[in-house]
Amino acid sequence: MRDKQCTAEEVAAELRDGMTLGIGGWGSRRKPMALVRAILRSPVKNLRVVSYGGPDVGLLCAAGKVRELVFGFVTLDSIPYDPLFRKAREQEGLAVREWDEGMFYAGLQAAAQRLPFLPIRAGLGSDVPRNDPALRTVRSPYGDGEELLAVPALELDVALVHLNRADKHGNARYLGPDPYFDDLFCLAAKKRFVSCERLVSTAELAEGAPQTLLCNRTMVDGVVEIPRGAHFTSCAPDYGRDEKFQRAYADAPQNGLLSRLVSGSEQDYQAVVQEVS
Amino acid sequence: MTAAKTTVSRAEICVGACAELFRGDGEILVSPMSTVALIGARLAKLTFEPDLLLTDGEAGLLAEVPVLGEQSEPAREGWLPFRRVFELLAHGRRHVVMGANQVDQYGNQNISAIGEHSRPDRQLLGVRGSPGNTVNHRTSYWVPKHSPRSFVEAVDVVAGVGYDRATGSAGRFHDVYRVVSNLGVFDFDGPQHRMRLVSAHPGVELEEITEATGFPLHIGEFHTTPEPGQEALELIRTRLDPKNLRDREVRA
Repeated sequence: MRDKQCTAEEVAAELRDGMTLGIGGWGSRRKPMALVRAILRSPVKNLRVVSYGGPDVGLLCAAGKVRELVFGFVTLDSIPYDPLFRKAREQEGLAVREWDEGMFYAGLQAAAQRLPFLPIRAGLGSDVPRNDPALRTVRSPYGDGEELLAVPALELDVALVHLNRADKHGNARYLGPDPYFDDLFCLAAKKRFVSCERLVSTAELAEGAPQTLLCNRTMVDGVVEIPRGAHFTSCAPDYGRDEKFQRAYADAPQNGLLSRLVSGSEQDYQAVVQEVS
Repeated sequence: MTAAKTTVSRAEICVGACAELFRGDGEILVSPMSTVALIGARLAKLTFEPDLLLTDGEAGLLAEVPVLGEQSEPAREGWLPFRRVFELLAHGRRHVVMGANQVDQYGNQNISAIGEHSRPDRQLLGVRGSPGNTVNHRTSYWVPKHSPRSFVEAVDVVAGVGYDRATGSAGRFHDVYRVVSNLGVFDFDGPQHRMRLVSAHPGVELEEITEATGFPLHIGEFHTTPEPGQEALELIRTRLDPKNLRDREVRA
């Protein structure tokens, strides 16, 4: 079986200008932050980002990497609003497709199943279709005749997710309470990369509850071992959210850390971690 | 315990009013999104709605009611990761109490953005689950700061769907139930499902409510929001929220 180990820089180098990038996790939880930082340092631009958004979105916006964001929310969870995302929207008018969270799930499912769309009730009556005029409805062909929203497939060029354990072949397991949508991000994408807290043998990976083996190797093209690779977001049970660091991130526009976090080297980032955490 | 009848705080009135939102709900999932609504849901479960299903805010369903702000591992009775929440909410056995940066007279709610959506004056969370919640199951709102900025003539972005827009499939399971604010309790049983005053909190004059509301509120018969009873007060103060986190959301 193939050895799919690679580096964060190699993952970032897979991205081309204009690509659609899906990022797993949820809010400020289990985000592939080390891979996101590798993108910040790469020359790629004009990305269309698809995310249940957290600081991944804020950082990519601040680095000027984002052409359009597909999202249902951007939040830091313990801090409601991400200041870098707010700035991108309020001062730069960042283009968005703003969907209901359930629509977003349906869009990932449609892409994963190679369907053009999936019907859903969510979004009807709201301003979601008004603010995203490309959305269409579909009428049930059965006797009820209901008109439902047709959520288009969220087809991704590249998906990045962070999981607790993986083997070198691309099998991967989550150990926390929630899989989020990481398996669907992988199924919806052409190229799929998993960063993991710890790379283990297949035998060791298989120990434990089989239903938390979220990704199998057909869903993954590259594996990167990055301990604390989700920092400063949470990666239960390996570590919780680094709230001190997150506070510093949220204050970055005022506290002088912004340029070090957005355009610094990995050494700069780790130095900031030492200073504030 | 028979504590002397002390002054009941406005936050405690609001907790009682939020608890009442769940009366009659039976065995469904309740998802209160902030402190006072959360205490209210837990109070309802410990008193008159024992079958309510509570989440721990992550993927766990709670077998016991925890103490607010206490780091502990409460016993669980089930698992509900986010993807299951989407399935359950479409299935309908849920009552959510969301916040609202803006709410209008038909119950349209905004947590997305203030100003023009293309380039907002103030970016908020995004629509989150509001569009899906409001067309699939019962939804209420808890607004700790009742003012003409939160109770508006028209919301800037419709995230949660109100009665005037709940037509066709959007209306099939639509059920925006009530709004609880720091001033009173409101429903949508006014003419054409317009917002109506149900009760004013003790010590709140009608004029204070109408002045803080940015649209003509339907005023018919209304009453004074009841204070939580002695048993409920004891539960709020000693069992549910001993650190008094409720006062951070509603000033006395």
